[in-house]
Amino acid sequence: MSVASQDTAIRTGRVTRALIYLVLLLFALFYMLPLYVMVVNSVKPLDEITGGGMMNLPQAFTLEPWAKAWSSAQIGVDPTGLAPYFWNSIKMVVPAVVISTVLGALNGYVLTKWRFRGDTILFGLMLFACFIPFQIVLIPMARMLGMMGMAGTTWGLVLVHVVYGIGFTTLYFRNYYAVFPMELIRAAQIDGAGFFQIFWRILLPSSGPIAVVSIIWQFTNIWNDFLFGASFAGADSQPMTVALNNLVQSSTGVKEYNVHFAGAILAALPTLLVYIVAGRYFVRGLMAGSVKG
Amino acid sequence: MGFLDIDNTTKSYGAVEVLHKVDISVEEGEFLVLVGPSGCGKSTLLNMIAGLEDISSGEIRIKDQVMNGVHPSKRNIAMVFQSYALYPNMTVGQNITFGLEMHGTPKPEREKAMKDVASLLQIEQLLDRKPGALSGGQRQRVAMGRALVRDPDVFLFDEPLSNLDAKLRVDMRTEIKKLHQKLGTTIVYVTHDQIEAMTLSTRIAVMYGGYVQQLGTPQEIYDSPANVFVATFMGSPAMNVVPAKVAVEGGKPVAVVTLHDGSSVALPFSQDNMAAWDGRDIMLGIRPETITDEDAADRNSANIARMTNRIIVTEPAGSDTFVTMTLGGKDVIARMRSDADVRPGADFAFAVNMEKAVAFDPETEMRIAP
Repeated sequence: MSVASQDTAIRTGRVTRALIYLVLLLFALFYMLPLYVMVVNSVKPLDEITGGGMMNLPQAFTLEPWAKAWSSAQIGVDPTGLAPYFWNSIKMVVPAVVISTVLGALNGYVLTKWRFRGDTILFGLMLFACFIPFQIVLIPMARMLGMMGMAGTTWGLVLVHVVYGIGFTTLYFRNYYAVFPMELIRAAQIDGAGFFQIFWRILLPSSGPIAVVSIIWQFTNIWNDFLFGASFAGADSQPMTVALNNLVQSSTGVKEYNVHFAGAILAALPTLLVYIVAGRYFVRGLMAGSVKG
Repeated sequence: MGFLDIDNTTKSYGAVEVLHKVDISVEEGEFLVLVGPSGCGKSTLLNMIAGLEDISSGEIRIKDQVMNGVHPSKRNIAMVFQSYALYPNMTVGQNITFGLEMHGTPKPEREKAMKDVASLLQIEQLLDRKPGALSGGQRQRVAMGRALVRDPDVFLFDEPLSNLDAKLRVDMRTEIKKLHQKLGTTIVYVTHDQIEAMTLSTRIAVMYGGYVQQLGTPQEIYDSPANVFVATFMGSPAMNVVPAKVAVEGGKPVAVVTLHDGSSVALPFSQDNMAAWDGRDIMLGIRPETITDEDAADRNSANIARMTNRIIVTEPAGSDTFVTMTLGGKDVIARMRSDADVRPGADFAFAVNMEKAVAFDPETEMRIAP
């Protein structure tokens, strides 16, 4: 047996290995190139960029473009920088992520542990929400927000994102809870726990991995959303993405590429941070529930 | 009126009835075991007592209170699940007191109850651990602690030992029996393991196909099985059931059974009423331990029959040796002393204790009452 296993063992030669690493390195470089361009150009004075040295390392290092992008760049009519819009985004993203995740968890709980007639059909319909293109709902959504008096407000945007995200979060939590042992729910029922007590005390504390998946997914999607932000936000509730667009697309004055690069990185930073902090739970959570036991 | 009454209770899913008119009355302090193969409805019945499944018709009463439609937490019952169902996010201590907390018991009382139960089950040193850090036997103890702390009227056990390895299972079985003797609680216990049923219970309900086949003490079930199913399900190895023909020799009824070579032997019945079956086919039930060699035959028995038959296989098991032979065209197992001189292929003189033999009607498979 040992002879056979030696024959079949995977043994790669040195040349093959070197080749594999070379290819991987090339791909890595290729993917890192845009980030490199953004980072080096965001710390250069403008004349170094307009002088044609896009790929060069900065000769005179400066954080001026970052400061300007954050607090004094011209966005639309006011020279406010991206800062107020950054907070607009936070004010929109945090409640939207929390509410859609909690609702998704509740839906998953009901769909798996409190089964009722037609629950699979209902779940199927909710899944539909994952496939509806944003553009289709723009006009009906605008009308509804108007009727509810939420047009142009941060809470209006929160509502839009919660409604849109519920399909995904429900899908995640339903599949996660589907393999959660029913006996635990029954034990809690005999112990006298009610519907919400079981949810808060038993189910949610065991939902770490899938909650991370839901939070990352929702955070990235909502933070990066431009269409809903551009369509439904008012002047004082515009999110970061819309402001970035206004910064970059402004047609007056000199195009300050270094400021644009710094602004773009600022806009991407929170999602990056979420991935770095919680990323390793992401795959774990996605895989959870797919394999029993 | 018993302590726990299951009164003409049925369970149906749509048009399919899975439990048919179950009628059991359990006295206070009794240890009732529901035993049967998977799908016989025993767990469904337990869940109905717990209130986790609706009752389709009939009544379940605990202390004369009708329980139909009463929420599980208000029935004053506690349940130990097959998977233990310990809350993974709570410590052992929190697991044990969760039920009390949900019922609004003040904290000092909860702590005291937890301490009492922990010392009873010897799990004091585990109270701060999470269930994930416990062994199977420890989890089992915690699950029982969680049930005990509520001081319920009725304990329900749903195959609590089937996730343990063989040795631990035997230990915990003794443990449960000790606990029952000490506390005198009323227990309904579900298992598919007939040895658990025999050893633990004060009464057994053998279930099959949604019917209670027989309800009785372990001894009644073992010695006087109501039908072929009960006879073969209870006991290990299973009771041998062989086709036989009834004849009357010298005024006494005998069972005529064919041996391995086609010749036949007459085994006299102890029950005189078998004479009424003269000339008819029956099924003869013989427990393996009642077929022995001459020396090991039961001296108190008034009816030892002899037969010489060929040994096909011998299986030494340490304390006993199991011997397989052909009787009535079927494989029949005898449980012999380990030092009996048995060799495969040899003819051997067996002694059959016919006092313990039972006869079944081949049509209905019911036992022919003596």
